[in-house]
Amino acid sequence: MQSGKIVVENLYKVFGAQPQEAIDLLKQGWSKDKILAEKGAVIGVSDVSFSVEEGEIFVLMGLSGSGKSTLIRLINRLVEPSAGNVYIDGQNVAKLPKKQLIDLRRRDMSMVFQSFALMPSRTVLDNAAFGLEVAGKSRKEREKRAMEVLTQVGLDTFAHKFPHELSGGMQQRVGLARALAVDPSMIIMDEAFSALDPLKRREMQDVLLELQKTHRRTIIFVSHDIEEAMRIGTRIGIMEGGKLIQVGTPQELVDNPANDYVRNFFDTVDTNRYLTAGQLKADSVPLFVHNGKAPDAHTVSQALQALDKHYAFIVDENHRFYGSISLEKIALLVEGGQTRGLDHAVLKQINPVPEDMPLDQVIGRLVDNEGPIPVVDGKGIYCGAISKGRLLTRMHGE
Amino acid sequence: MSEKKLDLGSWVNDVVQHLLDNYSGGFDSIGGVVSGFSEGIESVLMLPPAWLLIAIFVGLGLWRIGARFAAFTAVSFILIVLTGFWEQTVVTLGLTFSATLISLMLGIPLGIWAATSERVTTIIRPILDFMQTMPAFVYLIPAAMLFGLGRVPGIIATVIFAMPPAVRLTNLGIRQVNKEIIEAGQSFGCNSRQLLFKVQLPNAMPSIMAGVNQTIMMALSMVIIASMVGAGGLGNDVLASIQRLDIGLGFESGMAVVLLAIILDRITESFGTKQTEKRNSLISWVSAKLQRE
Repeated sequence: MQSGKIVVENLYKVFGAQPQEAIDLLKQGWSKDKILAEKGAVIGVSDVSFSVEEGEIFVLMGLSGSGKSTLIRLINRLVEPSAGNVYIDGQNVAKLPKKQLIDLRRRDMSMVFQSFALMPSRTVLDNAAFGLEVAGKSRKEREKRAMEVLTQVGLDTFAHKFPHELSGGMQQRVGLARALAVDPSMIIMDEAFSALDPLKRREMQDVLLELQKTHRRTIIFVSHDIEEAMRIGTRIGIMEGGKLIQVGTPQELVDNPANDYVRNFFDTVDTNRYLTAGQLKADSVPLFVHNGKAPDAHTVSQALQALDKHYAFIVDENHRFYGSISLEKIALLVEGGQTRGLDHAVLKQINPVPEDMPLDQVIGRLVDNEGPIPVVDGKGIYCGAISKGRLLTRMHGE
Repeated sequence: MSEKKLDLGSWVNDVVQHLLDNYSGGFDSIGGVVSGFSEGIESVLMLPPAWLLIAIFVGLGLWRIGARFAAFTAVSFILIVLTGFWEQTVVTLGLTFSATLISLMLGIPLGIWAATSERVTTIIRPILDFMQTMPAFVYLIPAAMLFGLGRVPGIIATVIFAMPPAVRLTNLGIRQVNKEIIEAGQSFGCNSRQLLFKVQLPNAMPSIMAGVNQTIMMALSMVIIASMVGAGGLGNDVLASIQRLDIGLGFESGMAVVLLAIILDRITESFGTKQTEKRNSLISWVSAKLQRE
């Protein structure tokens, strides 16, 4: 068994009279359409396995009818699985007796819905306290906690209003507060922000990301919006026809889409926005090593002229970035009769950028700097440079 | 009447006769309970003086609907008092309330049961159709045979006639609750009892209240007809006006029925539609009580 907060193993959901027969046929290689036509069974989810790590936001994406909403309902068993296992903290939810399942739902998982699903006859406060009420907490205790979470989502002043008096975005904040109130370790969010307009959607994504900063919960988030998935997802799983066809970080999916279906998702987005310094870097700047003794200005100048380059980077013996110098600057030094080595006194000090710096920040750094900027890996080792020309070439597509 | 090939009617006669011969004790005790219940309600309504009962209705109208409706209520009741039909109106009101309460006590649980089971729905549907469409006074014959004359057969016939909307609209209301709201209930760990009392019933309330309204209206129309078996109230005057061809009496008593119907209809309707706006309504009080379970 794989490890992880949530582990899904060979999960199937068949809507129809004889699920086991349909599963056997699927295993024999029958197509979904053929099973529907000949056996009248609808395949909702077909042989899905994946795991979600503690504290991760795992986004499930797919077109409507791809089975993503069914899949998440199999995880908290609002829909009974036809076959397969769902482990949450090692406990198999798919085989859990009813009473323990109810306990688990009360204690450790909650859900946010596309249509908000608030109770119209309850106040905002009573809605937020719903899960605690179901779990049998006293009125005082649950109202105190509900007020806390309403404050977290910025709705404390609306506690005594009714849902219909609130805008869509505010209603979903109540939905989120209701989910947070029981302090679950995992939340299932079914197209939670899809019914909101783009501005409100972004705002809610920020609320969610902000909440994750203070208290990391494991979140399974269903979406059909690729921008949303890339923005909030630690990893993304792509579903098609009931199957999970690819799982990876947003960048992995952009770089290596498994098929055209996955590629099509990313066609509509400006994937450049998700480029990082590590992907933009190149070996375009000549490198000289300062191994206790600075490289000689004259040598560097000649080398640069030979290569038709304007800048050189100096690294130390451990390949850490040491400094940068331009051809013009060297020329001035040489003309001034100074033939000494290129060390601290003459080198330009630039803060290197880490490999995972996103594009917008890299652009900011390039604007501030005249020449190229160095990129370093997690250990501070120099691994490439980004120049303005290099950036434009990469964004245009190689 | 042409010659019969199949005599369904005599079978029904046999069945009723059989019930009468073998189970009269059971019917007597049911009759006793219904009689005691309705007498209790009637004596409560008779207790306050006319002006106080009128004031209560006017107050309800003012609270639930508005000043104009309150004024209409006041004028209507004063008209009834002045034409001398007050006492009969209170009796009719008592019969209507008794029959309605019994209908709801049976109909709402039945509707809840039907909402949870396709089989129950399939079975009770034709029965409800039968109860609702069989000409109302046909019930009066077996009711009078089994329970004797008076208010009891009247109330029982009325319950049979007025219960179907309570069942149907409770069933419908529960089935129409938004699927995601039900899922929200389940996903936060409701057991089936909590799901019913905290999620399904509160959200089905507008529909259930529409059923209550319908039941009251049908009960009112039926208790008038039930005067044929001696149920009493305004129906007696209507019946007398037919027997004596007294148009004036018919108009006066008929108008009392109409005014009472309008007042009951508007007030009960308001409990269904304004449910979410008026927090302190009877309904949220009732559902809060239920939720405390």
